Amino acid sequence: MLGKLSWAAIPHEPIPLIAGLGMITAMLLVLGIITWKKWWGVLWRDWITSVDHKKVGVMYILLALVMLVRGFVDALMMRSQLAMAAGGASGYLPPEHYSQIFSAHGTIMIFFVAMTFIVGLMNLVVPLQIGARDVAFPVLNSVSFWLTTSGMLLMNISLIIGEFARTGWLAYPPLSELAYSPQVGVDYYLWALQIAGLGTLLSGINLTATILKMRTPGMGYFEMPIFCWTALASNLLIIAAFPILTATFLMLMLDRYLGFHFFTTTAGGDPMMYINLIWAWGHPEVYILILPAFGVFSEVFSTFSGKPLFGYRSMVAATMSICVLSFVVWLHHFFTMGAGANVNAFFGIMTMIIAIPTGVKVFNWLFTMYGGSVRFTTPIYWSLGFIVTFVLGGMTGVLLAIPPVDFVLHNSLFLIAHFHNVIIGGVVFGLFAGYTFWFPKVFGFKLHEGLGKAIFWCWFIGFYVAFMPLYILGIMGATRRMQHYTNMDWQPFMIVAFVGALIIMVGIALIVVQLYVSIKYREQNRCDGDCWNGRTLEWSTTSPPPHWNYTELPQVKSLEDFWHSKQPNGAPLEYVKNQGNIFHMPKPSALGIIIAFFSSILGFAMVWHIWWLAIIGLLGNFVALLEHAWHTDNEIDIDPSDPAHTHGHA
Amino acid sequence: MSTVIHHSHAADDFSIPYAKRGPSETRVLVGYGFWLFLLTDIIIFSAMFASYAVLVNHTADGPKGVQLFDRTDVLLETVFLLLSSFTCGIMALASAAENRIHTYLSAGATFVLGAGFLVLELMEFSHMISAGTGPSRSAFLSAFFGLVGMHGIHVFLGLIWLMVMMVQVQTIGFSKMVQRRLHCFNLFWHALDIVWIGVFTIVYLGAK
Repeated sequence: MLGKLSWAAIPHEPIPLIAGLGMITAMLLVLGIITWKKWWGVLWRDWITSVDHKKVGVMYILLALVMLVRGFVDALMMRSQLAMAAGGASGYLPPEHYSQIFSAHGTIMIFFVAMTFIVGLMNLVVPLQIGARDVAFPVLNSVSFWLTTSGMLLMNISLIIGEFARTGWLAYPPLSELAYSPQVGVDYYLWALQIAGLGTLLSGINLTATILKMRTPGMGYFEMPIFCWTALASNLLIIAAFPILTATFLMLMLDRYLGFHFFTTTAGGDPMMYINLIWAWGHPEVYILILPAFGVFSEVFSTFSGKPLFGYRSMVAATMSICVLSFVVWLHHFFTMGAGANVNAFFGIMTMIIAIPTGVKVFNWLFTMYGGSVRFTTPIYWSLGFIVTFVLGGMTGVLLAIPPVDFVLHNSLFLIAHFHNVIIGGVVFGLFAGYTFWFPKVFGFKLHEGLGKAIFWCWFIGFYVAFMPLYILGIMGATRRMQHYTNMDWQPFMIVAFVGALIIMVGIALIVVQLYVSIKYREQNRCDGDCWNGRTLEWSTTSPPPHWNYTELPQVKSLEDFWHSKQPNGAPLEYVKNQGNIFHMPKPSALGIIIAFFSSILGFAMVWHIWWLAIIGLLGNFVALLEHAWHTDNEIDIDPSDPAHTHGHA
Repeated sequence: MSTVIHHSHAADDFSIPYAKRGPSETRVLVGYGFWLFLLTDIIIFSAMFASYAVLVNHTADGPKGVQLFDRTDVLLETVFLLLSSFTCGIMALASAAENRIHTYLSAGATFVLGAGFLVLELMEFSHMISAGTGPSRSAFLSAFFGLVGMHGIHVFLGLIWLMVMMVQVQTIGFSKMVQRRLHCFNLFWHALDIVWIGVFTIVYLGAK
């Protein structure tokens, strides 16, 4: 009846038990507050069923911030374990638990923090920048978000019921095969990521169609703000790369559930094929993350230097060449696999070549600041911190691109330091720059500047203190994913790294404080539409923008129309007159949360082999889609001159 | 600060470059989005094709493709599927002309041909599995069942979709929304044909 599920699935060790109980308590507390304050109606109408790209974006980012805390707790546990577990001391985390922690940390940080945050930011900004009223498929957008939430839910359920994978964040076979991981951990991993991955894929299709087909009149490709270009590149990569992930996980699922032999060590299966396939997704994935961050920095440098972006077209060319080249470097993740010297040489050289367009970008940003008067706001702090940190991380990357060097440093803490260097120094800094930069656009008031800078310094200093020792440890021979070590010379560096993690922890706590303070004193930080003396279209509408973004669509003539309109002799912005006073906006839809509900049931049931429940989950999804297919009236009329703004169809 | 200009038919103004004509109408947008979806689907298939190419000789001392496949059956399957694409094309014309009878007839023919394809495929599968050459026999057979089965599941979902669309035509009629969906179904069905050409060539004709 309940498949593999029994009371034994509830953890009996104190740490997961306490973590699980803490999480349940926190959730009950939040639900309690919502009930007590009678927020359910508002929450349902204005957020959960909302298909407004801005609200979906805000929910994505909120989800990412919550998961950042979860992922960071994992990081703290690992760093504190390693600060202790030297020589005779064994620390406080048993190996089987430690393996789950590093697997969960990687999975959460990439899929549910970085990806979720990036998709949220693109959702918020892209339609505003291209002068659109929403994304191409608003209901699908809501479905994408809720599928991500469903994946996140499964990920967190694994903390309380059963366990998570012990295989590392990419679940390499043969370890992830049934023979070596008979428990449910890998199944949780697979179902959480398949469901969330489907959401990402649909969101990629949606945003690509939005950018290519929804631009306001007059906006050709070279009138598009640079963030839209990077978002386009990123979403094209999602379209091209995420299906490979889906297919690869599907093959592993077939191995685990139906006795197939894609990646087993028996009957001719090929585990190395998994590693090729997963990195054919995985390398483009890092560019899916970093390209929009590059876009954020470009907007920030240009805005706060009071100058157009230096070399806009070369920036576009660099972005698109990275987009293409990202598909021909995947093998550098496993030079040691033994593909041979020629293959390794090719991928080593390609990896060095992809650094060139990135170098072009760095010079473009520097020249954008050159000759401008830079306003030192929080976003520019993140951007300057990024340039220094990212260049360092890029250089260690080029170092690792040399196959003989990689043979020495492969799987060492040097590698860990390298990719945290580019992901924290690049993606995370970019996300926080974007978060601070566009927050006032969405809410109509700025985040507290002083606290913003404090958050930056905590992350910036914390990053260096936490990860520079890891470079040294890697060269000293310390490997990744170890729970205990005997070489006492490593311990001082491990302790320093732990201190670095504590500094970052202060930064994360300050994010919450900053939100609280900024909301409480929002009246002092109000801004009109143009909060930062901006240059692109999104600053021409009010902050927050109306549900429909633009009452009349802007008629664009050049890249920085809005900036020119603010100059003493500049031509004012032009708008396209609506045909009649009324236009249409999509109606709210509960499809997203219903799909997420049944998908979560499906995933959970499949993890525990509860077949009847899985069928219910599948049928539930089918019926929900069927019901939606008969909604013939999906739009409401908007009359901007009506004080109530909206009225439904007669 | 701002002036208003009148541009009633920018979308149809050929003096303006295509990229600058403003947002596309819903029909174009939906078709375009569905094309993008089909691309992602094709990439899933390419990953399956790639794994088939890698594993085709990993037979673990079991039978090879040439010993297993009955090319006559497969030819029949191919004929069914290609004919169903033809009737699907007829359906597109009939629904564009808003002719219900012709739409139902051509959709019915498409359904029967698609179901015929599926029955033949399932017979092939069940025959192989009962002979002890199921997906667990070897990596080659895993890749075979993975790739061909993936295509079969798509055909199955397509048949369900086609049924739903006919009920939509019956209950809603040829509204713009239903027309868009029929258009997407057409794209989907033809894409499955293209994938099948790949399967037929690489898996069945290429069997050694």
